[in-house]
Amino acid sequence: MPDRYASFASRVIPLPAENVDTDQIVPARYLKITDKDGLADALFRDWRFEADGSVKEPAFVLDQPEMAGRRILLAGDNFGCGSSREHAPWALVAWGINAVITTSCADIFRGNALKNGLLPIVVDPERHRQLFELVGREPDVELTVDLASQVVHLPGDEDLPFDVDPFSKLMLLEGTDELGYLLGKAPAIEAWEAAHAPRVDTRERTGTSA
Amino acid sequence: MAGQRTLVDKIWDDHVVAEDPGAPSVLAIDLHLVHEVTSPQAFTGLRRRGLKVRHPERTVATADHSVPTTPRNLPILDELAAAQVAQLETNCREFGIPLHGLGSPSQGIVHVIGPQLGLTQPGMTIVCGDSHTSTHGAFGALAFGIGTSEVEMVLATQCLLQRRPKTYEVRIDGRLAPGVSAKDVILALLARIGVAGGTGHVFEYRGAAIEALSMDQRMTICNMSIEGGARAGLVAPDDTTFEFLAGRAHAPKGAAWDSAAARWRSLPTDDGAAFDRSVTIDASALEPMITYGTNPGMGLPISARVPDPGAAEDDSRRRGLEQALTYMDLQPGQPLLGQKVDVVFIGSCTNGRISDLRLAAAALKGRRVAEGVRLLVVPGSDEVKREAEREGLDEIFRAAGADWREAGCSMCIAMNGDQLSPGQYAVSTSNRNFEGRQGKGGRTFLASPLTAAASAVAGVIADPRLLPGIEQLAAVGGR
Repeated sequence: MPDRYASFASRVIPLPAENVDTDQIVPARYLKITDKDGLADALFRDWRFEADGSVKEPAFVLDQPEMAGRRILLAGDNFGCGSSREHAPWALVAWGINAVITTSCADIFRGNALKNGLLPIVVDPERHRQLFELVGREPDVELTVDLASQVVHLPGDEDLPFDVDPFSKLMLLEGTDELGYLLGKAPAIEAWEAAHAPRVDTRERTGTSA
Repeated sequence: MAGQRTLVDKIWDDHVVAEDPGAPSVLAIDLHLVHEVTSPQAFTGLRRRGLKVRHPERTVATADHSVPTTPRNLPILDELAAAQVAQLETNCREFGIPLHGLGSPSQGIVHVIGPQLGLTQPGMTIVCGDSHTSTHGAFGALAFGIGTSEVEMVLATQCLLQRRPKTYEVRIDGRLAPGVSAKDVILALLARIGVAGGTGHVFEYRGAAIEALSMDQRMTICNMSIEGGARAGLVAPDDTTFEFLAGRAHAPKGAAWDSAAARWRSLPTDDGAAFDRSVTIDASALEPMITYGTNPGMGLPISARVPDPGAAEDDSRRRGLEQALTYMDLQPGQPLLGQKVDVVFIGSCTNGRISDLRLAAAALKGRRVAEGVRLLVVPGSDEVKREAEREGLDEIFRAAGADWREAGCSMCIAMNGDQLSPGQYAVSTSNRNFEGRQGKGGRTFLASPLTAAASAVAGVIADPRLLPGIEQLAAVGGR
């Protein structure tokens, strides 16, 4: 079960690329695992490392020494598109990232992220551009992500409000998960199933065709 | 307005189990498809909580993503892949889930075997830990990809927590020209609306061109809905759907068929029902399409030239285009026709069904793959393979110099050893041209089976409309 999602302050990792797909976040050859181990090393693998495993020159943003310990990724539009692999948010969180600020997230990625302590923060294109400018001007600027009040605190007294699904917010703040909630719905599920015949039986063939 | 509902609304309303204020709907799932790559951690979660699979008889599994396509009597050489496939077998045995595993005559890509077995039916909710679950929408089912946490939820409760999606009408009017197929339709849509165009929505494909398509071709279109950002894409069920389903292993029979068919006939979107968004494409104006960049929205008519990043509408787009062209090693303004090709891949859940192989074989019959080009033909399932061999398609492929393989996802995702070398160019009938998708450093041009076959023979990107007898060729697809 995930930890409670507490307010935190962090400097920012800028990644100004649009349409970052989950094949870039975790290449498919790292999906041959049956656990969640080792995914921090697989994160953005082919943007970070040469074929022989050495760090690329110049280093990808994550491998620049000053990025160590940063928990906020500032990314381009449509982050996390493509494959449904939950390995993508697992890897981001394993590396240490807990929030992605972007102008839009792919649907499946957003759902997966919210179940793993990774908060997608969607802002409008103008605020997004201003954030990149701010980080360009002040690379060590610190932002505070406050999920409870749904704002990112910027330096000065500026607050950047954001929307989040109220149910996901509750789950994150309480450190609970959706399966627990669903299991609590057992009586409703039983009632529904009693009233609706199953559509198919995967064990029993109804005829002779292969 | 009230009372007039879309296909998606009807399926949704039929499956809402509970709705708490502020919470997503509890949505019942009719069919859960499971494969080796996105399920192991979900089963681990069940064991940790001491949970069972609520409905193993509404769950079905196969091994497809990481399996080799070499002869089945050979062992899986990749130890990690072997362990993952073995784990799936253990999980299915322990939890009582039917498995169409390696060596089974019904093994294949999960999105090919579901329809083939008649498990995929109109009006259902269908999920799988795979984004191309949208394929099953071709039957008028609400089918979408989920993450591993959700796989665990469905295993445990046969339900998911979901917000009702918005609807997006994709109207394809008119008639496709010979040599232009379903793959070209979906690539044209993606080029038009972009890879985030459908985010938050579900597509409903409608119009004369869609109604005229076979089930295989409808599946090709629905398959790539996710490449437009839509988790699902549907086609209303009709006689074409029912003809495909009748007699299949898990399809209803006799009186059960009659009552199911009556229910299915009530599913199509009511006249006057409203969609949140809409786009219209004229099928008769479409050419064969091909991608030039590193996402499926970067596509062009095959006779067009590579776009100039300098003409992009904003800096962000320009940078994206520059990065894509650098990765692909293509120049702005260069034609795509005539571009050298090293590998051609025909297969995948997008274009690995029997009609795709028939089209490719018709184009390759009596011809040879160009010197220096490797053509890999991978059937979408063991049944597709057997049918192709019954029809002698394998002989045509072999005679052309192609490599005829066992069923699996293969070079679409390149987890199983079938992959490009760095720098190689491939024309591929699969669904994603992301950087490294078909092998680290590999470069992908997405296209239809006809374009792939024509390019394999030419050794360069080639226009399938120039194939001799294209009018007859194009008619081969059929059911």
